[in-house]
Amino acid sequence: MEGTAAPAPAIPPAAPLAEPIRNDALLRATRRRRVVSRLIAHGALLLGVLIVAFPIWMTLVGSTHDANTIGRGDVPLLPGIHAAENYATAWNEGGGRTHTTPASVMLRNSLIMAVAIAIGKIAISILSAYAVVFFAFPGRMLAFWAIFITLMLPVEVRIIPTFQVIVDLNLGNTWPGLVIPLIASATATLLFRQFFLTIPDEFVEAAKIDGAGPLRFLKDVVLPLSLTNIAALFVILFIYGWNQYLWPLLIINDRSMETIVVGLSKMIGRGDSQNEWNTIMATAVLALLPPVLVVALMQRWFVRGLTETEK
Amino acid sequence: MQRKVIFQGRLLPLALLAPQLAITVMFFFWPAGRAIYQSLLREDAFGLSSEFVGLENFQDVLSDPNWLNAALNSLVFSGCVAGLALGLALFLAVQADKSLRGVTIYRSLLIWPYAVAPAVAAVLWLFLFQPQVGLIGRWLNAVGIGWDYRLNGRDAMILIVIAAAWKQVAYNFIFFLAGLQSIPASVLEAAAIDGARPTRRFWSIIFPLLSPTTFFLLVVNLTYAFFETFGIIHALTSGGPGQATETLIYKVYVDGVQNLNLGLSSAQSVILMVLVIALTAVQFRAVEKKVHY
Repeated sequence: MEGTAAPAPAIPPAAPLAEPIRNDALLRATRRRRVVSRLIAHGALLLGVLIVAFPIWMTLVGSTHDANTIGRGDVPLLPGIHAAENYATAWNEGGGRTHTTPASVMLRNSLIMAVAIAIGKIAISILSAYAVVFFAFPGRMLAFWAIFITLMLPVEVRIIPTFQVIVDLNLGNTWPGLVIPLIASATATLLFRQFFLTIPDEFVEAAKIDGAGPLRFLKDVVLPLSLTNIAALFVILFIYGWNQYLWPLLIINDRSMETIVVGLSKMIGRGDSQNEWNTIMATAVLALLPPVLVVALMQRWFVRGLTETEK
Repeated sequence: MQRKVIFQGRLLPLALLAPQLAITVMFFFWPAGRAIYQSLLREDAFGLSSEFVGLENFQDVLSDPNWLNAALNSLVFSGCVAGLALGLALFLAVQADKSLRGVTIYRSLLIWPYAVAPAVAAVLWLFLFQPQVGLIGRWLNAVGIGWDYRLNGRDAMILIVIAAAWKQVAYNFIFFLAGLQSIPASVLEAAAIDGARPTRRFWSIIFPLLSPTTFFLLVVNLTYAFFETFGIIHALTSGGPGQATETLIYKVYVDGVQNLNLGLSSAQSVILMVLVIALTAVQFRAVEKKVHY
């Protein structure tokens, strides 16, 4: 993102002629055009930011009024004074009319799921990419292709048979049943494989001369070199895990294991105006805050992780 | 594909591969094979016995007006989402590529919706478009445009398109901006010297040079709209009103989970798998081209 956005000068600087041409009409026209172009850009970007931010603003506003104000349809454009009680209700009792699962519990569940998915994917991917890159063994290419082909089928497509497998294994309503099927994916493996291929041969030779075995080399050389990649991937996978919807919806029906994204959508029901919109909006803010914060605080790694995993 | 200097050993690499291979076999190959197997069977009404019916499930699916309706909905939905999200993102990226004061702030403010879950995005837009409570929904009704996404199929489709595209603009913006920044300034300067105005420069130089990025994003956006928007539809419309917003992936869910018709649902899954594989193949060819352009 920080790359130099080289401006394309509408007129190339003609150095020797600079002085006599200063009052030239052409130059003035060019300057005017450039100012206009910048104004347009500022206007467009501001409008874009406003459109992007408007739903969030109204959600924040909605979470600070009482249910009756919203239910009457008089949502103001500015925040009200009921923030503390709305968030307390959502946090301790749960939002919406039914007050099912407290947001604190659902946030904890989402956090467990997101972190477990991110760490699990990274861990198994590093190990398998290391095996594929740093060893020659029979079946190496077969293993690589078996993993690679999982890129093609998102969990949504094979959802029912995967669900049946989980039922057969008696893993419904359990953390392993929720997390492990989502760990099977090839993107992280491919990314690490690509990166491992760029580690110079001299490193491996030096390690061998020093008498370091493959596991020692993994721990002391490869892992430290991979830290930026791991950070970038963690951001992407954390968001991926936090935002899971269909799989938790199917696999979890124990309220104490409900994740916040699924829990939030259950609160809306049929979209009635008589719902407790204030606590729903408070829950929505709590649901989107963690991943948005991760992106905002780790923006550099996020952009890097995104553009590299999709290559 | 292979390094020159490697470690010796056979058991260790297999042990390192074991976790990923085990998960892949158990939760990928087994279910995928099961889907194909089940798509060839039909269970009786009580799920007690099943018989082999060959490709009959596929015939049933492909001639089912509800499935064709869902296919049409998916096409309309993903076409609108991709068009809207790509157009807006490209426009914003071109503006953010100019050297402006505070441009990094704009960029940061434009990319964070990527982090919002589709289902949460649905709730945010619902709060604006709810006909009695939402700001925009009430305004639309007040100025005489009858708006109720719960009764009118077209309104429902518009609402899910907006919620899905809003989230995807951020993603496309990041890639378009990266693509724009990789276009050499010298090419644009040369065009400027030849007298090409900004609009002309955009359509004759920038847009063609961006086409690999655009194509890649088109495939990604279509995949997103097809498969990852389940949460939006489930949270907002549940496929309704009627079946106006029932997409292919939603129908797999309805037939498999709610109607418990495994044969029919599996056949639909298999059709979707073929579709994804085709899309992925197209995407890989595009990536190859990107390297050579």
